[in-house]
Amino acid sequence: MDESSQSERSLVHKYGKHKKKYKIEAQKVKELRKQSERSQLLLQEEGGFLEADANEHCYQISQKEIVQSLDITAATKHFELNLEFGPYSVNYFRNGRQLLLGGERGHVAAIDWVTKDLLCEFNAMESVHDICWLHMPTMFAVAQKDWVHVYDNQGTEVHCLKKLFRVKKLTFLPYHFLLVSASENAMLSWTDVSIGKIIASFRPPKAKTITAMCQNPANAVILTAHSNGTVSMFTPNSNEPVVKMLCSPCSITGVAVNDTGLYMATTGVDRSIKIWDVRNYQCLQSYKLRAIPNCLCFSQKNLLSVGIGNVVEVYKDCCTQVAEEPYIRHKLESSMISNVQFCNYEDVLGIGHRNGFVSILVPGSGEPNFDAYESNPFMTKSQRREMEVKQLLEKIQPELISLDPHHLAKVDVKTLKQKLEEKSKLLYVKPRKIEFESSKKMSGVKKAKVKKDLQESVNREHIQQVMKMKRKEDEKEKDANKSYNVLDRFKRK
Amino acid sequence: MRVKVISRNPSDYLRETKHDIHKVQRNYDPKLHPFAIPREYQRALNAVKLEKIFAKPFLGSLDGHSDVVQCLMKHPSSLSVLVSGAADGEIKIWNIAKRRCLKTITAHSGIVNGLCPSRGNDYFFSIGDGATIKQWKYASTSEEIRMVYEDDNDSDASEEETENDDNTPLNTIIGKSVMMGIDHHWEKPIMITCGESVQLWEESRSEPLQSLEWGVDTVYKVKFNPVETDLCVSAGSDRSLILYDIKMSKPLRKVIMALRSNSVCWNPMEAFNFTAASEDHDLYTFDMRKLSVPLQVHKDHVSAVIDVDYSPTGKEFVSGSYDKTIRIFPVDKGRSREVYHTKRMQRLTSVIWSYDSKYVLCGSDEMDIRIWKANASEKIGPRMFREEAAFRYQEKLKEKFSHHPEIGRISRHRHVPKHIRHSQQEKRAMLESRKRKEANRRAHSKPGTVPYKQERTKHIVTEEE
Repeated sequence: MDESSQSERSLVHKYGKHKKKYKIEAQKVKELRKQSERSQLLLQEEGGFLEADANEHCYQISQKEIVQSLDITAATKHFELNLEFGPYSVNYFRNGRQLLLGGERGHVAAIDWVTKDLLCEFNAMESVHDICWLHMPTMFAVAQKDWVHVYDNQGTEVHCLKKLFRVKKLTFLPYHFLLVSASENAMLSWTDVSIGKIIASFRPPKAKTITAMCQNPANAVILTAHSNGTVSMFTPNSNEPVVKMLCSPCSITGVAVNDTGLYMATTGVDRSIKIWDVRNYQCLQSYKLRAIPNCLCFSQKNLLSVGIGNVVEVYKDCCTQVAEEPYIRHKLESSMISNVQFCNYEDVLGIGHRNGFVSILVPGSGEPNFDAYESNPFMTKSQRREMEVKQLLEKIQPELISLDPHHLAKVDVKTLKQKLEEKSKLLYVKPRKIEFESSKKMSGVKKAKVKKDLQESVNREHIQQVMKMKRKEDEKEKDANKSYNVLDRFKRK
Repeated sequence: MRVKVISRNPSDYLRETKHDIHKVQRNYDPKLHPFAIPREYQRALNAVKLEKIFAKPFLGSLDGHSDVVQCLMKHPSSLSVLVSGAADGEIKIWNIAKRRCLKTITAHSGIVNGLCPSRGNDYFFSIGDGATIKQWKYASTSEEIRMVYEDDNDSDASEEETENDDNTPLNTIIGKSVMMGIDHHWEKPIMITCGESVQLWEESRSEPLQSLEWGVDTVYKVKFNPVETDLCVSAGSDRSLILYDIKMSKPLRKVIMALRSNSVCWNPMEAFNFTAASEDHDLYTFDMRKLSVPLQVHKDHVSAVIDVDYSPTGKEFVSGSYDKTIRIFPVDKGRSREVYHTKRMQRLTSVIWSYDSKYVLCGSDEMDIRIWKANASEKIGPRMFREEAAFRYQEKLKEKFSHHPEIGRISRHRHVPKHIRHSQQEKRAMLESRKRKEANRRAHSKPGTVPYKQERTKHIVTEEE
């Protein structure tokens, strides 16, 4: 008998009253699992891969070689843009179709990178620190010199959020419709873009400079990395971090969490990359590099890309095992890398650097089969509109953001500790204070006396009750410890 | 070197022409569907709010009677036919779908006390004038037959009420004692009447077959069991519920309650259970094999419950009360699921649940018959496949998250008129003070002398055999 059926059996035994109901539910779950497994047969695409020859390493294979051995449509996914307003920050939309580029010296461009159509391009005429797509590829936010501006896909300015002042980092929580911004002075703000209201805005107490920010895609908690080597996790519901962990003895340069919310990677000024388990906050792997890494990113298939100076390295299976060597290495010609991001549902890594943007091929990095109801790269205008309505209808309330996104489905059971605490609390309850007001007229002295007597009687009663309870408890313990030795009757009572 | 990257052919993912449906790729991997639980919760919240928005249960009224509607009767085979009897002796036959009176019979000179259909035959019986049973046809001429049974008749002539009122019954039986209620056997041509005594009649004979008595003044209601067809249950003025077997000469057993019951109804699916509508504002569901303890006490009405009728599914029943409301109770729950009221609806006299389990009809003091949906927010009419699936999904979500406070609060909330609310408060205060008094008595008397009593057994006096 396998373990699961054994545990099922013990449950049935324990809750005999709901036996039948439980059995039916368990059967349903089993069937569902089977069905969902069978549905995998219908998946159309298979993932990419890269295998080196016997006397070769994967990281030695250059992009040129990869491109040469691919068909023409795949080969067009590797391209370079030489732009002069860098360094550039990169943001792919969730369905992996639209690309947003923001140059620090004001250049903003939105591109459908698959067809290479330019959606819009303009110069903001002031510094651009970060860019971010909002819920649909029709709107994006740009953190400019002073304020955050929202543009539509034509490049028209739709909003100017003046309450978000001197913002350096932006990220968007798509299921909550929240635009999260971190400003120069470590101020964090959550803005609901569906109603245009700031949900929460605070500067955490004793906050250090925020060097990097990212979201945990599994539970919508915001992670901020600080110059003192700590990583804090924030929800909009409290200005204290829900988790604060010391990840490095020196300043942290980048932080990233994978899609399932299991692994977190941090890079430090001490040239290290550390992989953490986000469930128990323990370090899984620690790597040392040749130079200081400045940005990093997880792909859908848990590949980790790191930008080190002018080199990008991609690691495979680096979370659970020790990765001996990089999977792919790509070197740019003397240009500092500022930002890397994997494209969803494609084997593509976007690199923003000082002199423009490069898109390189990383076989096996993306999820081959998308779910059209979740994010569809081929969505039409009408589908987009319908999806927008559906998304708005099931917008999750910001109060529900917490470390465990499944807590809504759990049974609220008191722990043994809580029960014990409640019990012990009962014994130390203070006697009730009585508010004395007499209908008759009394002199002050008499009134005080009557009041004192009443309070004393209440106290006495309370003490009696507590004593009674204590006695009961003691008796229970005695009963539990009773041994039935025949010689016990000679014991003195 | 071997290499492959994801490369999609757009024609696999896009529809060929504008007239095709969109191609939708699914991938059920939970990794691609984050926040499943919070999103489901939000959907459940939306579903429960939509349910409230669409809760419009009142469908229409049938007016035409010129006195209090005393009793209603479902046609045993046609869903659209309803028969009603009024206090001025008039019987009307209605087509519910068209909301139109098809035929009016001036049947009795006094109150029509009861109506019952003859199973499998095209006539029904009424009682009135003290002790007269009259047998009527639903439709006598071919014109009438068409009107009664054919719903989709568009000709204008057939929609007019027939003028030649046929007031002569097929048969008249004059009994010796006053009759208050009547019911027909589910298989045999036998009727049972109640009043001063419970009497068995054959359709074609003018003398009762049998008279059953157990020291009672008046019996108000008697009902045959739909499955064990020779059994019946009655509610009488001596606060008793009596079980009879018509094959035996004597009643089987009886239970005496604290207050009298106004009506009884058998559960059509679990036919060993029946529910009694009591004068003490509550309903009691009994298992006929053990009458000493009711299975469930159904509380929520704030005045005497007058009538009760089961849904054909046997899972729910509807009750009409003297407090001017109709409530729908699940059989296994102590509290009602739904309450219906309107400003103009007065004291209820009778309620029925239609045989397709979708509608509830009620007759009340102010001469109207009202039609309600059994499920307030249900969509009436044909449903598309996807619509149906969406409704089912919403139902499941509501069930899954029903214990969450916000969702529970919205789905439970019902607006009730001021007089109900006040009497609810009054009743609560009364019950609380009774409880307090009992607790005080218990605290100040010798331990064990004031026992705790179950709510279920509180209102049962004795069971006799």
